[in-house]
Parts: sequence; C-alpha cells; structure tokens
Amino acid sequence: MKKTWWKILASVLVVYTAIAGLLLGVPRLAILNETIRNLYFHVPMWFAMIVLFSISVFYSIKSLSTKSEIDDMKAVESVNAGIIFGLLGLVTGAVWAKYTWGQFWSFDPKQNFAAISVLLYFAYLILRNAIDEEQKRAKISAIYNIFAFPMMVVLLFVLPRLKDSLHPGNGGNPGFNSYDLDSRMRMVFYPACLGWILIGYWVYTIRFRIRSIENKQQHN
Amino acid sequence: MQLAKEVKYLIHKEVLLEWRSKYTINGVLLYVVSTIFTCYLSFVSLGDKLTWNALFWIIMLFASINGVSKSFLQETKGQQLYSYILASPAAILISKTVYNTLLMLVLTTIALGFYTLVFDSFTPPDLMMYYIAVVLGSISFSTVFTMVSAIASKAGNGGMLMAILSFPIIIPVLILLIKLAKNAVDGLPWENSYDEIAMLLVVNVLVVATSLLLFPYLWRD
Repeated sequence: MKKTWWKILASVLVVYTAIAGLLLGVPRLAILNETIRNLYFHVPMWFAMIVLFSISVFYSIKSLSTKSEIDDMKAVESVNAGIIFGLLGLVTGAVWAKYTWGQFWSFDPKQNFAAISVLLYFAYLILRNAIDEEQKRAKISAIYNIFAFPMMVVLLFVLPRLKDSLHPGNGGNPGFNSYDLDSRMRMVFYPACLGWILIGYWVYTIRFRIRSIENKQQHN
Repeated sequence: MQLAKEVKYLIHKEVLLEWRSKYTINGVLLYVVSTIFTCYLSFVSLGDKLTWNALFWIIMLFASINGVSKSFLQETKGQQLYSYILASPAAILISKTVYNTLLMLVLTTIALGFYTLVFDSFTPPDLMMYYIAVVLGSISFSTVFTMVSAIASKAGNGGMLMAILSFPIIIPVLILLIKLAKNAVDGLPWENSYDEIAMLLVVNVLVVATSLLLFPYLWRD
C-alpha cells in the first residue's frame, strides 16, 4: 500500500477528471462553446511530456557520470513514454483545432513547433538504433539528449511567443487562465494535470521494468 | 592562457590544412554556385521577395550542412587520437567552431553576392541588416553543426545521421533567421529586429555552453 498509493491516486484522479471534465459546468464562450473541455485533456498531455523528458535528461546526465546501464535504460524509456504523450497532445490539439479553427492542421506556429520537438526525440531514438555498441550508444545518445533539451525548451516556450499564433495564450489571444479558468474549471484542471503526470510516470516505470527484464534475459 | 594558445594553434592548423588542399571551400563554393544556378534555371525569375528570401536560406542551410559536417566526419581515427593527445577537448571544439564560422562567413558572403547577381530582380532595401542576418546565420550554423557533426562522426554513420540529428535543432534558429532577414527584405526599422537578434545570440550562447560541457564526454573513447 505504501508503494502503490500514488498509482491509486493517479487512477482516481484521471477517472474523476474524465467524468467531471465531461459533466461539470463550464463557462459558455463564443466559438469555444463546449470544446473548452479539451483543456482538461490536451494541456495535461504536454505537462506529462515535459516531466518525462526532464526525467530523461536527468538520467542522461547521471549516466554520463556513472556509466551505468540502468540509467541509460531509464533515460530511453522515459523518452519513449514522453513521445506517447507528445503524440497524444498533438492529436487532442488537432481534434480541437478542427472544431474551433476549422482544420486539423492549420500550420499554426504552436502546432509546428510542437511537431518539431517531437521530431527531435524521434531523432534521438534513431540515433540510438544507429549505434550497435552498448556503452557507446549510451554515451552518445545521452549527449544528444542533453544537447537537444534546451532546444526543445526554446521551441515550446520561447519561439511561439515571438510569432502570431491562434493558440490560446499566444499572439494576443487570451490564455485560458486569464479570463475564464474559474473555480469550477480549476477543480478539474489541476487534478487532471497531476493525474496525467502520475500516469505518465507509471507508464515509464512499467516500461523500464519490462526493459530491464528483457535485458537480463539477453545477458543470461 | 594555455587554452587560448592551443585554440590559436589549432585554428592555424585548420586554416593551413584548408589552404593547402582548398578542398572544402572550393567544393562547397561549387556546390552553392551550382545550386543557385539550378534554382535559377528552374525558377527563371522569383516574382515574390519572400520566396527570394526563403530560397536563399534553404540553399545556405544545405551548403552549410555540407561544409561544416566535414570538420569531424572527414578526420580519420588516427588524426582524432593525435589531437586528443595534444590538446584539450575544449580547445578542439572552440577551434573547430571558430574555423567553421570563418569558413561559413567567406562562403555566405560569396553566396549572397552571387545570389543577388543571379536573381537580380530584387535586392533587400536594408542590405546592412540583411548582411547581419547572414553573419548571425553563419555563426549559428557553425556552432550547431560542429557539435552535431561531432556526435554523428562518433556514431560512425556520417551523412544521413547528420541531417536527421541537425534538422530539428536548426529549425528554430532558421525560423528566427528567416524572420530577421524578412524584416530586412521588408525594410523595417531596426527597432523591430532587436528581439530576433537578441534571441539568436541567446540561442548561440546556449548551444556553445552545452557543447563545451558535453564535448569532453563525447571526445573520450
């Protein structure tokens, strides 16, 4: 129980936000209408992705100094889990964009930069596949991961502010929190973020355990 | 002080080697010239000044990938080992970056001249600012590509890996550059471009700092 409480918490939170996010009241706004509920499902994906990629960078830095295989596996599995959330974030954003902007993909700067930052991590995975020798692979991919992380931060948080974007919170469009994230929405939004981050972490721990078992079998 | 001496010596070595063979500079120059010429033959005339700008940066991007990636990919294992014994990793990285910046500056200047000569339908009203964008572009391309080419050469799978690894990293820089160059093309006053210039400098400092931190780990085998 001591070790699993956060998994239970995560499941409860996500189930709660799925139900409450679809049923509880939301402010009625022009154009957005009911699509405002996407806030509960789209934004937490990015938070989970950022957390997972930060975990990955942390273990990449650690694996450079410890040279341990476990740290390398942790780094790659958190990237694998983070990419899932990045793709989910792109998909939920695209579906929302279909109903508010009129197109799934309208080449909005925010969409483009998010897609490029996912590409960055695909490049990381391809780099891993290109190297056969395990220790060399761990070292070089850790270096690329650390090198790429500040670029991802620039892509996701700095550049969209310099360009005009239709995305809420950019280019003069009000962000959700400034005008309508009233207490009803806060009650769902914050638990959703926490819940999805925990789920993401859970996915990563499971993937890591599977990989370490596979690794052990290979070595025996 | 030791570092400065080593860097100076290594840059001298790089320039001397290049001067003897003149392979990279002539090769990339021919590459740029023939690309511009091919573009001219396929476009004939660029009606739009935005297309004019975008095409120039695309040509520059590919030329600099080809030019800068030589720096580590071309060296043999023995050469790398030799310089590893003689100099500190920081000195090697700094000297390569500075040398690549010099190379790119020469190249982009010639390319810009040839480009305006071939596509003479349009010249940026603010040439000074456009040239600053070009200079910043050479610096950013060489800082990013030097480190990525070091990674790609260690991974031992040259060309394709170089492109895959560097594109996602260079795209944000390229977007800033195109924006800055577009300001020059539109003839906007300088105040409008300070944001982009500052941002480009910040990104470059970021890239150089992370490269300097990471390169010693990469260098050691």
